[in-house]
Amino acid sequence: MADLSAGHHHRLGACPACDAAPLAQRLAERAEAARPARLVLSLPDAHCALCITSAERALMAHPGVKAARVNLTLRRVTIEAPGLTALDLVPVLARAGHEAHELDPDALVGASADRAGRDLLMRIGISGFAMMNVMILSVAVWSGAEAATRDLFHWISAAIALPTVAFAGRPFFASAWTSLKARRLGMDVPISLALILASAISVFETTQSGHHAYFDAAVMLCFFLLIGRYLDHRTRAIARSAAAELTALEVPRATLISGMVERAVAVADLRPGDLIRVRPGGRIPADGIIAQGRSEIDRALLTGETMPVPAGPGTALQAGEVNLTGPLDLRVTAAGQDSSLARLTALVEAAETARGRYTSLAERAARAYSPAVHLLAFGSFLGWLWGTGDVRLAVNIAAAVLIITCPCALGLAVPAVVTSASGRLFRRGLLIKDGTALERLAEVDTVVFDKTGTLTLGQPLLLTDVPEVLRAPALALAQGSSHPLSRALAEGLEGTIPATVTDLCEHPGQGVSAIWQGQALRLGRADWLGLGPQQDSATLSSWLAVGDQPPLRLDFSDRLRPGAEACIARLKADGLRVILLSGDRAAPVQALAAQLGIEDWRAGISPMGKAAAIATLSDEGARVLMVGDGLNDTAALAGAHASISPASALDAARVASDMVLTGRDLAPVAEALVIARQATRRIRENFAISIGYNVIAVPFAVMGLATPLLAALAMSASSITVTLNALRLNGKAR
Amino acid sequence: MEILVILIPVSLALGGVGLGAFLWALRNRQFEDPKGDGERVLSDRWDDHPRPDTPPD
Repeated sequence: MADLSAGHHHRLGACPACDAAPLAQRLAERAEAARPARLVLSLPDAHCALCITSAERALMAHPGVKAARVNLTLRRVTIEAPGLTALDLVPVLARAGHEAHELDPDALVGASADRAGRDLLMRIGISGFAMMNVMILSVAVWSGAEAATRDLFHWISAAIALPTVAFAGRPFFASAWTSLKARRLGMDVPISLALILASAISVFETTQSGHHAYFDAAVMLCFFLLIGRYLDHRTRAIARSAAAELTALEVPRATLISGMVERAVAVADLRPGDLIRVRPGGRIPADGIIAQGRSEIDRALLTGETMPVPAGPGTALQAGEVNLTGPLDLRVTAAGQDSSLARLTALVEAAETARGRYTSLAERAARAYSPAVHLLAFGSFLGWLWGTGDVRLAVNIAAAVLIITCPCALGLAVPAVVTSASGRLFRRGLLIKDGTALERLAEVDTVVFDKTGTLTLGQPLLLTDVPEVLRAPALALAQGSSHPLSRALAEGLEGTIPATVTDLCEHPGQGVSAIWQGQALRLGRADWLGLGPQQDSATLSSWLAVGDQPPLRLDFSDRLRPGAEACIARLKADGLRVILLSGDRAAPVQALAAQLGIEDWRAGISPMGKAAAIATLSDEGARVLMVGDGLNDTAALAGAHASISPASALDAARVASDMVLTGRDLAPVAEALVIARQATRRIRENFAISIGYNVIAVPFAVMGLATPLLAALAMSASSITVTLNALRLNGKAR
Repeated sequence: MEILVILIPVSLALGGVGLGAFLWALRNRQFEDPKGDGERVLSDRWDDHPRPDTPPD
């Protein structure tokens, strides 16, 4: 395929037919590969039974759709429709009133088929069943079953417990084996040791008609630890599927022009030399040079500039910029790995390496825990062996120590809290992409914001009061263009009835003109209206001219993101340092900083400058939370201690950040910090609880006073306390 | 104590039935969309006749 395309680029333009033939083949191959019978669409707004019914009904009514099922938990719909593409079905859902986005089924494979999760659930079910039955028998033994009855009960317990431990304990054995092979002492080594030792010693005791058997403890260990493992797995799976969903949301397509034909192709398939068309409002998919057309370009995501830049034939454009007014034909100069987007990704990777790997609380606990437990168990074995010379007694006591210290509570301490905290954040509109993000977020003492697209929405708002006589013609003009300023003007003039105008014409990159009551009407750039370059000001502006009268200046300001003021105020009230870093000009940045009460602001900062500023802050000992959306923020997002980006952010920025804001509102950012601090406090409390139980129970075990009853009590009591403590996080609604 | 010969197998069998039901539900993906299933109860779409096809998962 590569040589085909290379060949045809040289001949491009010489003979359209020669050109079209290999291209058609290429397109056919692409189409073949990109048409699965099953489609997955994201339905971000779905929330009730009515949504399910209307979405499914609308899809089923569409010819060619065989089956459709909404999954409300994941807010997705799976459609079986051979021959149809998402492009056919998104409008169907839109007509039914549902916002839908195409999801890349390839990116979702890991997330939807959660085999590992179901496998863990099955093991939990089996060990739960075994635990209940063994416990019934054990209670009988504890309450005084004697001689033959006790032996019989122990044998039945063994028959239930041994297969259960062998099956349900497999995740622990496997992971312990892996860590032993790597010559490390992971958390799972003492767990496996306890499981094996407890089972073995109990079987031995049973054959000798001993009094104590730990079958119930072994099975209970499996049960509680598997729950912790499952919660941990779910948090990870949700984070992974959130990340996959975000990547899949932007299935990037470009419009490829070959001869007279336009075809939609995946951006990944673009090659240098391809001619692509970018419609007004579309994002530039690859770096290129304008071959034809005039327009204005919004560079906000790349540079943070709010002012659109004019562009014409010969202008070089970068991937990620947005075309505003006129259709552009673009000759691709760099796509995929070579594009500026990919280069920025490299920058992000560098920044991530610099941040280094964060050691979570759980990892630190496990690191101290494993050696301590082994030493303790081995020590009590040696002690009792030396003291009494009774191997059987010494092994029994060592097993009891291992069982009692086993990290039931420790294994639940972190996953239970993280699960309930991320659930709470999700309901507030924040998706966590990284498991350690909560802990890092809790340590933050400095918050750095980007301006355009983060604190503001990047959508202008009309400030000027348009005189009554001009309102109707101005609206008529504004409706003739999709330029953001025109749309803002139209929105500002809502309620007016547009005047009847003729000869409405958009001049890409300049403005709009029309004839109204015999006079020429013009709305557009100052230089287009013959006014010469205007002074730099804090605001965006456009000009409206009627006939030969002096033009009227229309001022716009960027609209503040909802919740921005409350968020900044709350952060400052919590004693955090708030900094505004923007790539935009000084005047608008200063205005915004004054409006929000941010004292520390810097304007005109390059992407490298942002990353460097974050690095300087980190060197000074600050733990920085970066909130940004643009390409110019990605390096800073990746380099900061923790990072958040809004859902409207560019792909690269969302990939680089730990959390994504799903709504428009910025207020959850301040709440997230509070929840993260609460969660970390709960994790520490849980550690304290489980250590506390050990401090009480371990001396009994070492002294040889531990009974299976005591072990069962300590284990279940500590696990339940830890879980309840974690759930406290959910109950306290603020 | 002879009653144990009956009671213990009975208790194991009852527990086994519960375990079997759980495993069946798991295999049939009954836990894929708990929120959606809760809401679907309220829909009257299939009240008169059952859904004709088996949906994709």
